[in-house]
Order: sequence, then structure tokens, then C-alpha cells
Amino acid sequence: MRTQPLDPMALGGSDADDRSDSPRRYADEREKALLDAHQRAAGSETGRVRQMLVGSNLRYTALGFVAFVIVWYILTDLLTLPRFNFLPSPVAVFTQWTSTDPQYGISVFTPIYYEHILVSIRRVLLAFGIAVAAGVPLGILLGWNRTFYNLVFPIVELLRPIPPLAWVPFAVLILPGVESSVVFVTLLAAFFATVLNTLLGVWSISDDYFRAAHCLGYRRIDVLMRVIVPGAMPYVFTGLQIAMGVSWFSLVGGEMIAGRSGLGFLIFDAYMQVALPNIVIGMITLGLLGYLSSAGIRRVGAWLMAWQEKGRSA
Amino acid sequence: MMTQRSTKSYGHCVVDAVGKVYGATEDEAEIVLKDCTFDVPAGSLTVLLGPSGCGKSTLVNLIAGYDKPTLGRITLDGAPVSAPGVDRIVVFQETALFPWMTLLDNVAYGPIQTGRPRREAEQEASELLRAVGLAGFQDRYPSQISGGMQRRAEVARALITRPKLMLMDEPFRGLDHMSRGLMQEYYLKLFDEHRTTTLFVTSEIDEAIFLADRLVILSYKPTVVQTVIDVPLPRPRNFQMLTSSTYGQIKDQALGLLYDEALKAFDPGKAAA
Ligand SMILES: Nc1ncnc2c1ncn2[C@@H]1O[C@H](COP(=O)(O)OP(=O)(O)OP(=O)(O)O)[C@@H](O)[C@H]1O
Ligand SMILES: [Mg+2]
Repeated sequence: MRTQPLDPMALGGSDADDRSDSPRRYADEREKALLDAHQRAAGSETGRVRQMLVGSNLRYTALGFVAFVIVWYILTDLLTLPRFNFLPSPVAVFTQWTSTDPQYGISVFTPIYYEHILVSIRRVLLAFGIAVAAGVPLGILLGWNRTFYNLVFPIVELLRPIPPLAWVPFAVLILPGVESSVVFVTLLAAFFATVLNTLLGVWSISDDYFRAAHCLGYRRIDVLMRVIVPGAMPYVFTGLQIAMGVSWFSLVGGEMIAGRSGLGFLIFDAYMQVALPNIVIGMITLGLLGYLSSAGIRRVGAWLMAWQEKGRSA
Repeated sequence: MMTQRSTKSYGHCVVDAVGKVYGATEDEAEIVLKDCTFDVPAGSLTVLLGPSGCGKSTLVNLIAGYDKPTLGRITLDGAPVSAPGVDRIVVFQETALFPWMTLLDNVAYGPIQTGRPRREAEQEASELLRAVGLAGFQDRYPSQISGGMQRRAEVARALITRPKLMLMDEPFRGLDHMSRGLMQEYYLKLFDEHRTTTLFVTSEIDEAIFLADRLVILSYKPTVVQTVIDVPLPRPRNFQMLTSSTYGQIKDQALGLLYDEALKAFDPGKAAA
């Protein structure tokens, strides 16, 4: 039976410690060594990068890429299958892409390539920004207010399945200039993805948190800012990743039909001019940009939601 | 009651002939609480003890105002309880710390909202966290501390709002034996200091007697109050009292009552008795 209240704070090490000095020094050194090892393994950014580069995960990824290119090479250069002769071989694409004097006018050394990229990035960022700025508040409002939900959500649900490209004619007719219609078409799907996921995020918040907030005297506005917004955050970020993906989808569609620049236009133009390697260059570039933007969002999300992570020391 | 310490003069809660039926249709209707009458004296730690599923959480919800009794009435310092309010606070069976706030924010943010200056609130939050053994953890998120620590942080978060009545619904359930003992001691120290009127729900008989000024023992469904027993053990309490004869007598009495009821829970046929 315990005679004194246990105090875990006191368990660590008391002054009335009669052990000899050396075990104690050993313990201190051990702690220091542990902390050092911990810092080396996880703390430093360089450590993580190195781990990523030499890790076996990356080896398999590289293997996958190599296999992919080999299959592509076999299909296009070696076998010369009947209709596959249209598809440029990896060798042709690579030479074109890295040529200082490209036959079809697009390579990493031509400024026009970067102009297309920049135009597309600008459109996606603008569209994504508008979609998020409008979609997140709308989604939160829908989840927060029943009347507003009944008023607005059925309309959202009816508009949502309409493919963005179906909006192109009216967008071009109504909105001023090419730029705004392309951006409009780009933001539609992203907007709906954001609204829907934000709404689901609000619904996912356990009732216990609302009860607790009520007990603690939170006003309505605090419930909104301190419970609903952070509570919905994990779903919101899932929504943002989807939104970023569909932005690129719709952008290329919009640029093909209505644009006069950008990667979608580059691809379509290459098709019209039968500059086939340029199509592949455009596709690969889109793939890379899409990947990088999604990874960026994941990063921001992980940073904003550090509270979700387990075991991260403060 | 038994204590000469400065006790709170408010928080007296009366549960008067309360009954609760659940179920939307006549067929589904289930009488959970049949007739419950007891009171929680101001400044006391009253423990509600009953078998699992007898309606303890139901009673807590009624007193908190989340739900309304089918019959009977509940008052707090004479005023009828009809809706949730900041004069009562519930520490739930499941942890309801906000996972997106640090412990300090979790504890301090309530009073800040109700108008206390931020510095003062954070100061008090710090002190309370220290009092429950969480000094040095105040900048952690709930997911970064253990279950027992979360429970303690939640007690701190409830105390800082200075409620008239604290409702604790099996706050230490699911903790291992050792942490549970620790929690009880931390909690009792806090209670002795603040003397906030408390209704503490548990299905653990030792925990009940160790904590209680007064024990309210429930039957199984349809639930009535079987007995109310005063626990005349002095405060501050320590674990040696668990071997005293007063303790033994109370435990015998309570066990006898609970055992019969627990049997009914396993064999509903006898529930008519
Ligand atoms: N919202 C509800 N609707 C219908 N029945 C309910 C509802 N809440 C509780 N009950 C019923 O009331 C009974 C008592 O439930 P309650 O949660 O109050 O028990 P408890 O004593 O807290 O149990 P435990 O010790 O397991 O927490 C249960 O048998 C359950 O079927
Ligand atoms: Mg319960």
C-alpha cells in the first residue's frame, strides 16, 4: 500500500540519490547520445533528403521509370507497330526536348516553352485561388447553417455534374477576353470539389466537440473559428488536392478550345502542325507540374495540421 | 455535511422523481430511468454508482440539459434546469479535448472567450496544468500525450471555468489500474482545493468510496435510486483508508446491493423483481 501520494514529476531523479557517480554519468551520456542520434536521424532536413535519395523506395521508383521508358521504346522504335508510328519514341522526345536548336521550336532552351508553362501556371493558380477562396467559406456555411444548406445545396448538386467544358461556349460569349473564360472553366471543377469536401469536413466533426465548446462558454463565432474551421481542415485539404488535380484537367481542355497560349494550346497546336514530339513534351510537363502542385499542398496541409501527427515532439 | 473546510455554498443540485423513457414509437419505448430522487449538496463530491448500462450517462445528460426528463424535475440552486449552460460542465466519458489546440489553449480558451484577460487565463491554465502533473506539456497537442494525461488536462479545462456544478462521467474509465490510482489522487487534491460541487459517475466501487462524500447507488434498468450512503472518511484522503473498517463496512453494503443488480443485467428475466 502506498503511504505517500505518488508524484511522477519526482520519479525522474531525486537529490537523495545515493548511487555512485559513474552510473549517473553513464545515464547522462546515454541521454545525450540518444538525443544526438534522434536529431541526426530525423531532425535535419539534409538527413531526410539523403534518406530519400538512397532509400530502397526510390530504387524501386527508378526501376519503374526505366521499365516504363523501355516499354515505350520497344513499342515505338523496335517493333514499329502499325499505328504506333505516330507516337514519338523516347529518344526522339528526349533529343527534341534538350536540343539547342529544336526542329519543332520547343525545347528547354527556347523561351517560348517557359512562356507556355508560366501562362498555364498563372491560370491554374488564379483559378485554384478563386475556387478555394469561394469554396471553403461556402462549404463551411453549408455545414453550419441548415437553412442555407437547404437553400443552396440542391443547386450545387445539380450544377456539379456538368462537365466544365460544357461551360466553354457561354464562358467565351459572356466573359470578357480569352483569359477570363479559360480561368472560369478551370476553376469550376475545383470549386465544386472544394465545396463538397469542406461540407463533409464540417459534418465529420464529432458532436462531443460542439458540446464541449458549449459547456466552455464558446460564443457562436468561436465555435465557427475554433471548432468548425480547424475540425474540417483534414477534409478541406483532401478537397484542395482534388481541386488542384481537376484544375489542371480543365485548364488543358479550356486552353485547347479557347486558349492561344499555355500547355494545352501547345499540345493542340502541335497536333495541328503534326509536331508530334511537342505533344509528348507538353504531356510530360503537365504531369510534372500536376505532381509538384499536389505535393506542395500536401506539405502545407501537414504543416497546418501538425496536431494530427502522432509522436512529434513539440 | 461532514467537512469543516470552506465549502462552496452553491451548486446544490436536486434530482426529483426523474424518469426517462427512450424510443420513438410505443413498441420501442424503453424505460431507462424509473424514479430517481437524490441531491448533490453544495460543495460535496457526490458519486453516482451503478452497473453498466443502467442510465448513468443518461442522468448526466439530463442534468447537463442536453436532454429533458420524461417525468420529474431537476433544479440547480433552486432554478429548474432546462437547457445546457455554462454553470454546469461535463467531463465526458470520451476525451473531448480539441485535438487542434495545444493543452494550454484547450484549457485557457474557454475563460478567454467569456471575457477574462488572456494573460490571466493563461496563467491560471498553466497553474492548473501543473496541478494535474502536466507542467512542461502545455505546448503539446492532445495526440502527443497519453490517454491518462488527456483525462487530467480535461479536468483542468473543466475546473478553470469555475462551474457551479461539475459532472464527471466515468472520467477515468479505460485507464490501467496504476494510472487510475494516480488520477484519483490528483483529482482529490484538486477537489480539496477548489471544492467545486461535483457529481462523479463511476461503476468502480473502490473509486466511488475513495472519492465520495456521498454515494448514490442505482439499480439496474428500469433504474431507481437504491440507497444513498454517506461516507464519513475524513479529508484529505489517502489510500490507507481503503483498509479501515468504515471503508470495509461501506464496501460490503454497496457490494451487496450492486451484486444483485449486476446479476439482473446479465439475466433480464429477473429484472421485474
Ligand atoms: N439516445 C438514446 N436513445 C435510445 N436509448 C438510449 C439513448 N441513450 C441511452 N439509451 C439507453 O439507455 C440505457 C442507459 O444508457 P447510459 O449510456 O445512460 O448507461 P450508462 O449507465 O452510462 O452505461 P455505461 O456504464 O456503459 O456508460 C442504455 O441501455 C441505452 O439503451
Ligand atoms: Mg455512461
